[in-house]
Amino acid sequence: MTKHTGFKCLSAPMRHLALAGTVAAAGLGIAAPALAQSVLKVVPHADLRNIDPIWTTAYITRNHGYLVWDTLFAMDENLEVQPQMAEGYEVSEDGLTYTITLRDGLMFHDGAPVKAEDAVASIKRWGQRDGMGQKLMRVTESIEAVDDKTLTLTLSEPYGLVLQSLGKISSNVPFIMPKRLADTDPNAQIEEIIGSGPFKFVADEWQPGNQVIYEKFAEYVPRDEPASYAAGGKVANVDRIEWRYIPDAATASQALMAGEVDYYEQPAVDLLPMIQSDPGIKVETVDPLGTQGVIRFNFKYPPFDNKLVRQAAMWSVQQADYMYAIMGDPQYFEEFCGAYFMCGGPYETDVGSELLREKDIDKAKALLVEAGYDGTPVVILDPTDVPVAHGQALVTAQALRDIGMNVELSALDWATMTSRRAVRESPENGGWNIFPTWWLAADQLNPITNISVAASGENAWFGWPENQKIEDLRNAFAKETDLEKQKAIVEELQIELYDFVPYIPTGQYYQPTAYRDNVKGVLTAPVPFFWNISVE
Amino acid sequence: MIAYIIRRLLATIPIMALVAVFVFMLLHLSPTDPALIIAGDFATPEQVDEIRRQLGLNAPLYQQFLHWAGNLMQGDLGKSIYSGLPVTTLIGQRVEPTLMLTLCTMLIAIVLAIPLGVIAAWKVGTWIDRTVMTLAVFGFSVPVFVIGYLLILGGSRKLGWFPVQGYTSILDDFGGFVSHITLPALALGAVYMALIARMTRATMLEVLNEDYVRTAYAKGLATRKVLVKHALKNAMVPISTTIGLGVALLIGGVVVTETVFAIPGLGRLTVDAVLRTDYPVIQGVILVFSLTYVLLNLLVDLSYVLFDPRIRY
Repeated sequence: MTKHTGFKCLSAPMRHLALAGTVAAAGLGIAAPALAQSVLKVVPHADLRNIDPIWTTAYITRNHGYLVWDTLFAMDENLEVQPQMAEGYEVSEDGLTYTITLRDGLMFHDGAPVKAEDAVASIKRWGQRDGMGQKLMRVTESIEAVDDKTLTLTLSEPYGLVLQSLGKISSNVPFIMPKRLADTDPNAQIEEIIGSGPFKFVADEWQPGNQVIYEKFAEYVPRDEPASYAAGGKVANVDRIEWRYIPDAATASQALMAGEVDYYEQPAVDLLPMIQSDPGIKVETVDPLGTQGVIRFNFKYPPFDNKLVRQAAMWSVQQADYMYAIMGDPQYFEEFCGAYFMCGGPYETDVGSELLREKDIDKAKALLVEAGYDGTPVVILDPTDVPVAHGQALVTAQALRDIGMNVELSALDWATMTSRRAVRESPENGGWNIFPTWWLAADQLNPITNISVAASGENAWFGWPENQKIEDLRNAFAKETDLEKQKAIVEELQIELYDFVPYIPTGQYYQPTAYRDNVKGVLTAPVPFFWNISVE
Repeated sequence: MIAYIIRRLLATIPIMALVAVFVFMLLHLSPTDPALIIAGDFATPEQVDEIRRQLGLNAPLYQQFLHWAGNLMQGDLGKSIYSGLPVTTLIGQRVEPTLMLTLCTMLIAIVLAIPLGVIAAWKVGTWIDRTVMTLAVFGFSVPVFVIGYLLILGGSRKLGWFPVQGYTSILDDFGGFVSHITLPALALGAVYMALIARMTRATMLEVLNEDYVRTAYAKGLATRKVLVKHALKNAMVPISTTIGLGVALLIGGVVVTETVFAIPGLGRLTVDAVLRTDYPVIQGVILVFSLTYVLLNLLVDLSYVLFDPRIRY
């Protein structure tokens, strides 16, 4: 937390001024006039259907989680992990025991104090659902509450990603819940939304498919440091936040232009010129890390069980084709990003990326011949209701046809694709060969959070690739605590990834956000955070 | 009459039972697995199985059906797989916007379309007739969402008379309700108006050639009286049938209208539930829609008595 932006410098004195005024008024016995509630009206990118951020990985539920719950540690804008609910922590000399102390004043929305036992139960539940949590739990010997404010996490072997895991910024985020809720079976949803974050969830006003309401939690004690990504002071500057789900992009844009809403999280790129014609609206890329497009292969069945065919597929495409298809405007994507772990991230490198940098049809065709490709049909799942995925499916289909592959596009909706990608049968029996998806950069920043590179066979992510060298390098990365050594491992890993091709990174793009000029203090971060924001 | 109503109401029971079986089977034979959607990307196959078990989706289909049907008999439509909220709560939250949108649409459509159809038939072959029929063809042909966008552009953005989106309950703020419902009702009403106006015109043309109409004119009755009291009343049976059956058309249009104007109604609830395979919600909403439609047909049949004294039940 070393960088300070202008509004952050201003916000603290302004808060003190306001506080001083309130105290003075109270001291003088002056009845303060009733102030109008400040309300931030937001059009989120999706409808909030599930309210338990451990039960689901949905980004919308993660965003909801950040309003309601808090975390022990959090990532700042330098991608470093800082204490959040933790006052501090100590690591034993052998690096195996982490002693974490909670800071004073932490309270749940029901008035109960936050205790170490709450944190222990929450981490245990998260550790059963989240990929990075599961990895941490595998090397955790014990996690216990020493007293109300102190907990210890003891490892069975050195592990370099303890803090990165507990300060994980994207789904599933290890939010700290009351023990009675955290004791819920991780495969079932919690039934009450009580957190200790800066905003309270108003259950009575929740209407799935329409609105979600949050109210400022007056007892929340923010940290003193300025807000920085998920770390620092989470100061609630509005009394109420209304998430209003407007499914139609054109209507949402018009609602923003008419001033009916203040903040539109993900406007459609092709509607941006219309939105930008309104001088009262700012369009910004608030997520500086962006998103990575992904074309995933099924390793269980021909032809993509052969790495030469996967390499041929990679030679047949170029990222710009994908990016123009799904984003259109070059200001919102990188012309080329060869880093499996994202450009702009701590492990950015383009080693080994030659076969993705240049499109070479002849080379691709030669590789198909060498692989003995016999015209086996390639089934590409095409979720036509999600433009980002649909665009990638179409570009891939054309690229593979250009090199002589026999392609079948299987049109379906996203929900069906979510089910079908889990089918382990052959493509002719309801399975698949390729599916398109995307991940936020925050999920792809290192070899552990990026589960698309995991290659543990049947236990790997959909597609089920198997490659022992990749797994060994991922494990070595996880155990390493020195950043430079981690970078060296990532370079070696990426060379192997480009040879093995677990998926095609189809490019890095940046989703713009639009908000009215009465909205101040919007944080630049990979997750839309709503603290620090005020409405004039 | 009472006996007829009771017979018809009893007949809805097997109809609803058939609908329930059909909807249940159709949904559960679809290839989508909600457990996989819920489980997300990090879940192991064991966790997916556990979620399936918790949702009761691993039991044999007939057991799932019996369980659901048993609860249904007690008025329990189950809980949403995703939000965990009771389906009755979700439907309860959405009934008013959809009901009011439908009623306002019908009101606007009937009040405007029947007089237009009558006038078109009366002035058949003139520019008035051609204008009304051109508008009807326009209303029938242009998709609801296009009309919706045009109304937003004109009524909200250019003139600033109406809000772009949303809904205000009639119980909370009548003015807000009227301003929010006007554009959606007009958008949704276009196709309905076109249907009723064309049917009214066609039926009126037939009736206007009847002997008794000529007699009415011959005995010196005013044109308005002939058109309304003699011709229109006799034309009302097919028109009321069209109004009733047209509600099915409205229900289809409601989905689009609610999406364009971001109205939290049953149409949107249905689409959202279908897109994520929320079985209990889809089943509940379809049952509600089916019941409404069956009862509406009954009302239409009963309305015949008002227009044609020869009809007796």
